[in-house]
Amino acid sequence: MSLIATLARLEAVHSGRAQPAATVRHRHLSDRPLVFVPLTTAGEAGAPLGALVGTDRDAPRLLAVPQPRDRDLRFAFLAELADVMLPYVDSFAESVEAAERTETDPETGKRVKVEVELCADAPQLIVPSRAGIDFVRLLGRSMRFRRTAEQDPETPHPAPPRVPLLGRWLTHFGERARVPGSSLLLALSDVLARHWTTGQSGLEDQHLGALLAWIAPPDGGSGAEAALRAELERDAAGQLLCPPAGPATDPAFDNKLLAPAIERYDRARQALAAAEDGMAADDRLGAVTAAERDILALVEKCALPTWEKVWDGLDLLRTLPEGAHVAERWTRDRWSFTGHRDRITAGEPPQPRRDDAVTAANKLAAREREQARLDAQEALDDPLVMAGRRLAGEAFAGEVVEVVMAYSEGKRPSPRPLVTVRTDDRPHLGERAKAYRSLNGRPQSAEFVAEEDDGTLIVLRVLDKMGRGKEPEAGSVPEKGDRVCFTLFEHEQRGGAKLPDPEQTPWTHGGPPGEESVPEAPDPVTEEDLL
Amino acid sequence: MTAPVHPTATGPEPAFDPGAAAARATGAILRDTLHGTHRGVVVDSPPGAGKSTLVVRAALELAAAGRPLMVVAQTNAQVDDLVLRLAKKEPELPVGRLHSSDADAYDKALDGLANVRKSAKAADLAGLDVVVSTAAKWAHVKVDEPWRHAIVDEAYQMRSDALLAVAGLFERALFVGDPGQLDPFAIVGSEQWAGLTYDPSASAVTTLLAHNPELPQHRLPVSWRLPASAAPLVSDAFYPYTPFRSGTAAGDRRLSFAVPSDGSGPDRVIDEAAASGWGLLELPARHTPRTDPEAVRALAAVVRRLLERGGATTSELTRALGSAPAGGTPVADPAPLTADRIAVGTAHRDQAAAVRAALAELGVTDVTVDTANRLQGREFDVTVVLHPLSGRPDATAFHLETGRLCVLASRHRHACIVVCRAGVSELLDDHPSTEPVQLGVTVKFPDGWEANHAVLARLHEHRVSWRP
Repeated sequence: MSLIATLARLEAVHSGRAQPAATVRHRHLSDRPLVFVPLTTAGEAGAPLGALVGTDRDAPRLLAVPQPRDRDLRFAFLAELADVMLPYVDSFAESVEAAERTETDPETGKRVKVEVELCADAPQLIVPSRAGIDFVRLLGRSMRFRRTAEQDPETPHPAPPRVPLLGRWLTHFGERARVPGSSLLLALSDVLARHWTTGQSGLEDQHLGALLAWIAPPDGGSGAEAALRAELERDAAGQLLCPPAGPATDPAFDNKLLAPAIERYDRARQALAAAEDGMAADDRLGAVTAAERDILALVEKCALPTWEKVWDGLDLLRTLPEGAHVAERWTRDRWSFTGHRDRITAGEPPQPRRDDAVTAANKLAAREREQARLDAQEALDDPLVMAGRRLAGEAFAGEVVEVVMAYSEGKRPSPRPLVTVRTDDRPHLGERAKAYRSLNGRPQSAEFVAEEDDGTLIVLRVLDKMGRGKEPEAGSVPEKGDRVCFTLFEHEQRGGAKLPDPEQTPWTHGGPPGEESVPEAPDPVTEEDLL
Repeated sequence: MTAPVHPTATGPEPAFDPGAAAARATGAILRDTLHGTHRGVVVDSPPGAGKSTLVVRAALELAAAGRPLMVVAQTNAQVDDLVLRLAKKEPELPVGRLHSSDADAYDKALDGLANVRKSAKAADLAGLDVVVSTAAKWAHVKVDEPWRHAIVDEAYQMRSDALLAVAGLFERALFVGDPGQLDPFAIVGSEQWAGLTYDPSASAVTTLLAHNPELPQHRLPVSWRLPASAAPLVSDAFYPYTPFRSGTAAGDRRLSFAVPSDGSGPDRVIDEAAASGWGLLELPARHTPRTDPEAVRALAAVVRRLLERGGATTSELTRALGSAPAGGTPVADPAPLTADRIAVGTAHRDQAAAVRAALAELGVTDVTVDTANRLQGREFDVTVVLHPLSGRPDATAFHLETGRLCVLASRHRHACIVVCRAGVSELLDDHPSTEPVQLGVTVKFPDGWEANHAVLARLHEHRVSWRP
């Protein structure tokens, strides 16, 4: 934890209220996000119990699986989910704008610009917590290799149409969520914790109810007390007033309410199956429907508080103005969305179970670049974040007290002015360390020359962005009296080296991957898959 | 704990000849490299075991055999150092130094070498016997025909994805590195690939051996850097299954001071370290911020007294043939302990910055102060170390990492002084390792928890308690 985060936590404990950790919003928020509050069944990984999903706070779509271990019912749930999610995703696929992308020409090997489509906007999926993102990934993994009857008439357990497609999209969302700064799929508790610092631990921050209680305590009371109530308070029947944000449910809910309701449903179904005549069957069908309705009501009761809290959290985030670089990062998300749309349109197979060596290395490199970019952009967009970097010795701000013109040696001397900055910060400047400041959004680099007056005066030599002439262009050199902020970290990231194509994977990494399983087969059905 | 095993022990205590053992190992490595049938050879080298000497020797022999050679190192400093060593050993050898196009891309000392050509373009260096560069720069090089041979230095500190980017450039390679030092790391999570043989965040050697388990693996058995007092501890704590010996015997190296102790904590711990090779300056137990001001001042005070007391180091004169140590000239006469032979090691950069500031206040300059990551591969006479767990309320994976402590405890030729708050043993007992177990990942031994306990147990025998 950084020093400024520790300080903010201490202040939060002291004041009983969460402290701002940002002055702007560092993630893109769509005007029309799709909120997804999933619940899962205890004891079986990837067995959905139900969900609230939708783009309208007042009209969530309630989905439930009355018997979560029944594969047919699970498929029905996933098909319903696809009916909500895919039209939402598709609604962003059609509106496009023209864009340019640099590609390698396969014939000449040269880098050329090509006209391509870029979706004008992209879908955004919001889940309450980090565990929700894992669940989205799990759902995607469980669906994308399934075959529909249309794809494979022989398959013994055909998936409803569009379920494999939803699996591919959820996999894409889940994978994109691993890219730092991306916003296609957000866990609300993580985003809130990025913008406010509470007086509790990072683990406790994952409880959405407690987190919101710290940030906006009801009646303006103590956030700490409200958070404790959110975590512990139960009604007369022993049920939590603020159910966990899921997908896991509270054991008291499972044992006291859900298990008996599922048992009633099972019994009603058995009775229906055993019915001997039409009259009896009609009655018993009514009992099944009633039992099903009870489970739906339970799922709704359990998920609705979280649903409301997610929208409350989004409202809180919208009170912050958007950071300057957020739109640029969202454009990358749009590229990511457009790319996946194109892969699906082109009929490519679903994402493989495991990345090959080259894909894995490329993803890791891209994410490391994005992380460094995000860290730099958040600091540049937000003085509070920059304050944290200054406190950590990674940046310094101050007033220019002297500018002395100097020139580089050589045939054509270029301006290399010496700028002295008075600062109270204590940057970790090594010999000839580089420092950067933002000049009209572009980084200008300087070199550390000397420290004077006990470290309060820092002399820098400005190195670039002063034009081609002998005299620096107007406004390109700080002037006496200017307030400046230099960072020791770079503002922009260099692209990494190009890795070999997967077919060229070298012997050190096992050689080229085999072709044996393209497209990959769905998971084999085991005994455990059948009730 | 495993006792150091005699590398060639066959009967009852034959006299151990470190020079002969090292020469045997080097001979086998060169044989496999030059005449073996495998595409790769892996060499594990404990701290100060003559890894750089081996790399230079292998490079010269490969060049002499007429095989175009590319050398991959991890940092520019390592590349420059290698080029300088090559030129010193064989001034006539045409060497290429491939560098980046940044300003100050290479050490200016290279400009004085007649047969070293420097360029930012690989094409300019075509045809030279040996071309040396960093992995990052090599990754941008495109060739039509791969090099016949490569040497990959510090291969355990190279990430698997970095090897992926350069492996297409060579046909066969010698991989040299120290498995006990810090593992490479990624700044984003990479659990997604944990357990895959080609996990891009794993070390290059891990991936290489996972795919090519039949490759010959060698080990350098003798540390020329670590004194007889340090090798057993470092070997036991960090290399329990691949023990090594010190090249020197007890009493071969001496550290003495002209000015007698003034009885203060720093002076007492200096005397303890001079006598035994280790010293632990223990401050009262306390939870502190990372840049613990008392500990930082204590480190600075120890360094100042090391210099003020007129230290002198005596090293052994004779050395085994062909296994000269990395850096330093063998001397029999005492050499003064100067600032450039002392280093301060910390876990974090802000701690290093705080120590630098404290030293500057005391008027001490020219002492190297850096983090474990940056001290890797370097050597000093005396090191003063801030224990990574000193004053901490928790023992995170970062602070427990075996390699971090190993680097800090294995940079010295004479003595190592550790400054630490009391209570680290209790902290370790309160925080057993709880990292999630990943399927398919080879568990690394020893874990940081055990290595820390082993080192602490030994340090406690040389403890000086001090309340500043």
